[in-house]
Amino acid sequence: MNIPILSSLILLPTIGAIFIFFSRSKNEKYNSSKYVALFITIANFFLSIYLWLIFDQSTSDFQFVETREWIPGFINYKVGVDGISILFIILTTFITPICVISVNKTIKSRLKDFLISILLLETLMIGVFCSLDLVIFYLFFEGGLIPMFLIIGIWGGERRVYSAFKFFLFTLLGSVLMLVAIISIYWLTGTTDVEKLYEIGIDAKYQNLLWLAFFSSFAVKTPMWPVHTWLPDAHVEAPTAGSVILAAILLKMAGYGFIRFSIGLFPIGSEYFVPLVYILSLIAIIYTSLVALMQEDMKKLIAYSSVAHMGFVTLGIFTITQQGLEGSIFQMVSHGLVSAALFLCVGVVYERMHTRLIKDYGGLVSIMPKYAIVFMIFALGSLSLPGTSGFIGEFLILMGAFKKNFLVATVASVGVILGAAYILWLYKRVIFGKIKNQEVTKMLDLNKHEILILWSLAVPIIFFGFYPEPLINTMEVSINNLIDTYNSNLSNNIVMSK
Amino acid sequence: MNIDLNLILPEIFLSLSIMSLLMIGVFKKNSSNLIFNLSILTLFILAALILNLSSVNKILIFNSSYVIDDVANFMKILTAISAIFVLSISTDFLKSLKIYQIEYPILILCSILGMMVMISSNDLIVFYIGLELQSLALYVLAAFNRDNVLSSESGLKYFVLSALSSGLLLYGCSLIYGFTGSTNFNEIANNTNQVPYGLTFGIVFILVGLAFKISAVPFHMWAPDVYQGSPTSVTLFFALVPKIAATCVFIRFLYVPFVNMIEQWQMIIIFISIASMIFGAVAAIGQKNLKRLIAYSSIGHMGYSLAGIATGSSEGAQSSIIYITIYVIMNLALFCCLFMLKRNNEYFENIEDLSGLSKNHPILSLSLLVILFSLAGIPPLAGFFAKFYIFIAVIEQSMFFLAIIGLLSTVVAAFYYLRIIKIIYFDPSKEKYDSNHSLGLRISLIVSTIFLVFYFTYPNSLLGIISKINII
Repeated sequence: MNIPILSSLILLPTIGAIFIFFSRSKNEKYNSSKYVALFITIANFFLSIYLWLIFDQSTSDFQFVETREWIPGFINYKVGVDGISILFIILTTFITPICVISVNKTIKSRLKDFLISILLLETLMIGVFCSLDLVIFYLFFEGGLIPMFLIIGIWGGERRVYSAFKFFLFTLLGSVLMLVAIISIYWLTGTTDVEKLYEIGIDAKYQNLLWLAFFSSFAVKTPMWPVHTWLPDAHVEAPTAGSVILAAILLKMAGYGFIRFSIGLFPIGSEYFVPLVYILSLIAIIYTSLVALMQEDMKKLIAYSSVAHMGFVTLGIFTITQQGLEGSIFQMVSHGLVSAALFLCVGVVYERMHTRLIKDYGGLVSIMPKYAIVFMIFALGSLSLPGTSGFIGEFLILMGAFKKNFLVATVASVGVILGAAYILWLYKRVIFGKIKNQEVTKMLDLNKHEILILWSLAVPIIFFGFYPEPLINTMEVSINNLIDTYNSNLSNNIVMSK
Repeated sequence: MNIDLNLILPEIFLSLSIMSLLMIGVFKKNSSNLIFNLSILTLFILAALILNLSSVNKILIFNSSYVIDDVANFMKILTAISAIFVLSISTDFLKSLKIYQIEYPILILCSILGMMVMISSNDLIVFYIGLELQSLALYVLAAFNRDNVLSSESGLKYFVLSALSSGLLLYGCSLIYGFTGSTNFNEIANNTNQVPYGLTFGIVFILVGLAFKISAVPFHMWAPDVYQGSPTSVTLFFALVPKIAATCVFIRFLYVPFVNMIEQWQMIIIFISIASMIFGAVAAIGQKNLKRLIAYSSIGHMGYSLAGIATGSSEGAQSSIIYITIYVIMNLALFCCLFMLKRNNEYFENIEDLSGLSKNHPILSLSLLVILFSLAGIPPLAGFFAKFYIFIAVIEQSMFFLAIIGLLSTVVAAFYYLRIIKIIYFDPSKEKYDSNHSLGLRISLIVSTIFLVFYFTYPNSLLGIISKINII
């Protein structure tokens, strides 16, 4: 391949952002920058689909690898994809245009700056999923803080400053330890190239500490209990498009990090800390589901449900079985779609009523029937009803968990029931029942934009629910390889220690 | 004794220019403008002369009391260039304060001369002479706005405290002379095989003096008051230029004469470094005045640069040089923004005055955003790389404690930088500021901001030069 397709994927949104930055439109109402952003993000989406089509599913090697000297003798700019990362890239390029469309009414001031932030964020997110060098990964991972901080802080709700600070400082605090770990890896092995590190392996003595350092960063980002508290605040205050990106993609960076780095680089550390992850994940699943039940704010409820669903993901990843890992990745993609859609649904009613409290709604089914239908699809997707993508993910995760630990799997299954409880109860209180609030009767049903974005999310949720093959096939070989390397590393270590 | 005077041509040229500029200024009426421009020209020629020397390998002259090497050349060029920027962006400010006088650039040139002597010194006496030359010029500069009480107070405060620290430093020098029998750095190094306690005392006294000059904790007390009280253009000079020379002296002093006594000084530097990082981060949180905040933030930054020196490795010293270079660029850009907060010939320096800046001044606030995130060390901006190199060097020596404390204090420090960004971007807007800034100011801001943003695309630009430097 002569065309650097991954670098174009990474750079295209930035080019768009620069273009928007320099285009000065005096007229606020007719703002062409939105169409530029839309065009760029959709072009990027098609580019990533093209990438998927020419992607070779039969090998676990990294493909489309590009290497450039960056700091001579130290760090190379290296990007590449395998079956795991390509799915996240497509998720990113799919969600971003939806966000761009959804800004139509929600962002009232400084639309241009908002679009620039979203485009820069897309660059950074794709970069995270492509990078094959720890330092490059760190750059993209941390760089994402800046646009997200601005998105929450400038366009957010009332307590936006508090939430933006909390988001920024929590994530930064988690990440600095990862930086120490990355530099230590460099001094231990002499490289930060992920592929080379997979080959060399890292000295077993240090793996536990390094694992913990990486864990501190990813656990905050995932977010895992007990460091999840920034997420509800950030979600509630962020504008709809911000919440969508946060839930759909930013949280997935941590899950991806667990798979690529924690398991890939530190098998011994991972094995040692599996019980810790199990316990934290189970607490996340049960506790945050219960917390979600008690929420009166719709966005907060969905935010807590995100924590619970990400609990399933971490549980699945650290079962380190074929099913568990596949399920986790599937669940991340599915949750990316479902949570994005749910936040958009909240956004739809929030624009009309300017309240997110559940008690202000009720009986929407007779006023907004179209809305009731899509909302139902997403609610069912969230509770992982068979036939939606959520089911495949959670089912595989639980299968993997049963293989490893019966007790853990049983407790996690309770979480599935709780998940059904809070989302159905939410649906019942918002959509069904009597109309208590007369304001509700004035609400209009979905307009064309909203129908377009909500159904474009609903279709893949149902499609992958019935036909998960494309996703599973893409990741299967890579995951097999990951698990094989993991097990051989472990057995080597046991031999050595004997 | 046969000495090639070409080697000290930059210093000779600078001294002669200072004298002739002084003559021109005295005998020609209303020559402020001319003197300013000539001073900038002098600095340009100075930089060119030093660059011309950079092909020379390490050479010791004047009975090996004066050294010309890569470190010295790099630091001198950095000093000269930052002084050029300082002079060219502060003219507007000085005019509006009615202190646009000939003494100002000449004093700056004097202190530059002192710094050049400091940077090249390989002998305690030469070092002390350079230090005093620069300090004396700085005392006058701090009190330059003599009709202003705050400025006079800060000048006096700086003078008293700085004289005290110079005294301690001199006492340290005499102790070292007493215990090693020489003032020459190389000979001291040869005589440190057995370590008498007196020598350790000497090192401590000298480190106290140096720590005072770069305002590291616990010798930082003067910095906030002096930074706030002095005219902003002088604060700019204080915050940037003396720190370059002092960092260089730190490196030379610890790496040449006392390289064998690393166990003796390493703990001291680590302590100063950690204390500065934590104190700088915590104390800046409550500040309301931007100049005061910059004082505390520079205390923190000096902590990081000392962390590199504390490693005792040449990578550490290089990372510290990179840090100081990027620090200078970041602060230069920050002060450019400060000079732009002008309305009706009045300059504003409180954080509250930035409120809602982004509505009326999108470009200025975008630059501030970049600068502040860079100061906070968020990737991919240049400030991150400065810290990154430091921590690479620190972790190479397995000093994990220092690295973790340093990184955690960046998180605390991020808080107050974020607070300023919050005020600029999230708060309601105030009246517009003037937008008729001088060309020099605009160019300086744009160039430095672009450097901060795009440094990551070609990090070798700086690293390539500095990694070739032989520290010892």
